[in-house]
Amino acid sequence: MEQQALKVTNVSKYFGGGFDYRKLVSWCLPVTASRPAVAHVLRDVSFEVRRGEVFGLIGANGSGKSTLVRVLSTLLLPDSGSVEVFGHDVVKASGSVRALINRVSADPSFFRNMSSYENLLFFGRIYGLSPGEIRVLVPEVLRRLGFKEEMASEPMNHLSRGQQQKVAVARSFLTSPVMMLLDEPTTGLDPRSRRDVQRFIRDVQRDHDVTILLTTHDMEEAEILCDRISFIAGGRIVASGTPLELRERVARGRPVEEIDMEDVFMELTGHDLEEDEAPAEMAAHG
Amino acid sequence: MASFTNPMAASRSTGPVILAWAFVERQTNLWKRYWAWELVWLVYGVVNTLAITFIAREVEQAGIAGARDANDLVLFLLLGTLVWAYLSAVLDDISLVITWERWEGTIEHTLMAPVPRWVHLVGMSVFGVLHAIVRTLLIFAIALPFFAVDFSQADWLAAVAVMAVGSVSIAGLGILAGVLPLLYPERGTQMSFMVQAVVLLISGVYYSVEVLPGWLQILSYASPATYILDGIRGAIIEGEGVGALAETLAILALFGALWCRFPSLCSRWRSAGRSAPGS
Ligand SMILES: Nc1ncnc2c1ncn2[C@@H]1O[C@H](COP(=O)(O)OP(=O)(O)OP(=O)(O)O)[C@@H](O)[C@H]1O
Ligand SMILES: [Mg+2]
Repeated sequence: MEQQALKVTNVSKYFGGGFDYRKLVSWCLPVTASRPAVAHVLRDVSFEVRRGEVFGLIGANGSGKSTLVRVLSTLLLPDSGSVEVFGHDVVKASGSVRALINRVSADPSFFRNMSSYENLLFFGRIYGLSPGEIRVLVPEVLRRLGFKEEMASEPMNHLSRGQQQKVAVARSFLTSPVMMLLDEPTTGLDPRSRRDVQRFIRDVQRDHDVTILLTTHDMEEAEILCDRISFIAGGRIVASGTPLELRERVARGRPVEEIDMEDVFMELTGHDLEEDEAPAEMAAHG
Repeated sequence: MASFTNPMAASRSTGPVILAWAFVERQTNLWKRYWAWELVWLVYGVVNTLAITFIAREVEQAGIAGARDANDLVLFLLLGTLVWAYLSAVLDDISLVITWERWEGTIEHTLMAPVPRWVHLVGMSVFGVLHAIVRTLLIFAIALPFFAVDFSQADWLAAVAVMAVGSVSIAGLGILAGVLPLLYPERGTQMSFMVQAVVLLISGVYYSVEVLPGWLQILSYASPATYILDGIRGAIIEGEGVGALAETLAILALFGALWCRFPSLCSRWRSAGRSAPGS
């Protein structure tokens, strides 16, 4: 298999507003939909992730992390640039890409009235797992995440948010993806559960050769899990490197271990991580 | 954890039938959890069927029609309500699935799975048809004892043939209505309700299409439901066989074939999914 897991080249994404009649007829007539007023959410994003690496993407609310993850998971089309997952283009070979990836989002998103087991059964089945395999794998994965097995037959909406998030992590690893997109996987978890999930991610990554792209607001988490980190601000990658390299860039003679990662982020992006970004700029950049 | 060591999940090759069945299985699990609503729809369906069919008895009692004509009218209305119960159940199941998943918040996870869109649609359609058959048979069984109707002349084989061929074209209509919310996230759901309302008006569910104003009659030619109702009534009231209904069946088959153009339309699902929730 290729050594390069993910290659993102000059990706831009806009969100256009308003009704466009061309969209209405574009499936039967050869016209392309135009983009009226636009928000420029990703700007010329490029980076590469090596196979087996854990790559962290850190940015404030609204900086474009989830949008990028949606582009990588074939849910959004990039407006320009290209993305390759193990050599497969996310637009031209979306089917091959889908078979290789899975994703955890900050919002667990399940069928609320179905039990976690029924949810996992469905989401495993559409990745081609047999009911027999799922029956064997589910208790094993849930146990490793510290999820009580007797909860597995409860409807999802009887579970706490943290418990739901664990089921979401289980759902994505169940299908043995070679590339995981983790969009704030530990948001909303208590410290203990957060450690359970982090340990699980690390173990699976180490033992099963999974490549991981992780977005987070949690600097500590990024340092524990990530081999390399990129800071994203205003839809642009503003700095990349190992945690140590990033520290060294702002050290100016100070010992690197004394430097707080939050300060590194501040200095390199000009933003406070706790602060929301201004909404993406309109029109001018269309 | 054997499966984790499997380096390429992609090497799993699962046939489309098994993948499509996963959707049927999921809908069945959902349906079990929402059994109270199922009961509500059943009661609603029964009441609707009775309420409309009793109009025929009123017509007889008021002396507007003789007993013989009134009996035909009972059958006419009974078949209309039952067929409409069936068609609207299929349409609802298929056309609401996207709205439903959007509401549950699962749509992104379903759409990013390595399942071809047409397999997804076939799975949903199969569930829709099975679900509708169960519900309609129950309504039929409960409503029947209320009316003394004569089925001696009915050609059941022809009726089943019409429903089978017709279901494909209705599934196609359901898919069209269901894709709208994806293509037009803002208004699609409203549009798919409108499709169903218009189909009810133009297809001659409770009257023959001949009573409609001319310009509406033209529209009725474009609705597969018109031919389904025509065929069913022909088979059960007039006792027409498969041979006599060949033309109706051919038209329905043509509708079904037209919908097969859909996979290309559905390839737009991905770009249309852009406004899925969870951002
Ligand atoms: N479907 C959409 N339509 C229009 N604008 C959108 C859409 N999705 C996201 N945006 C805009 O894109 C920008 C980036 O959003 P995104 O969800 O990628 O941020 P994020 O970095 O994941 O933030 P958070 O840390 O809060 O999850 C925001 O300004 C948001 O308003
Ligand atoms: Mg986000």
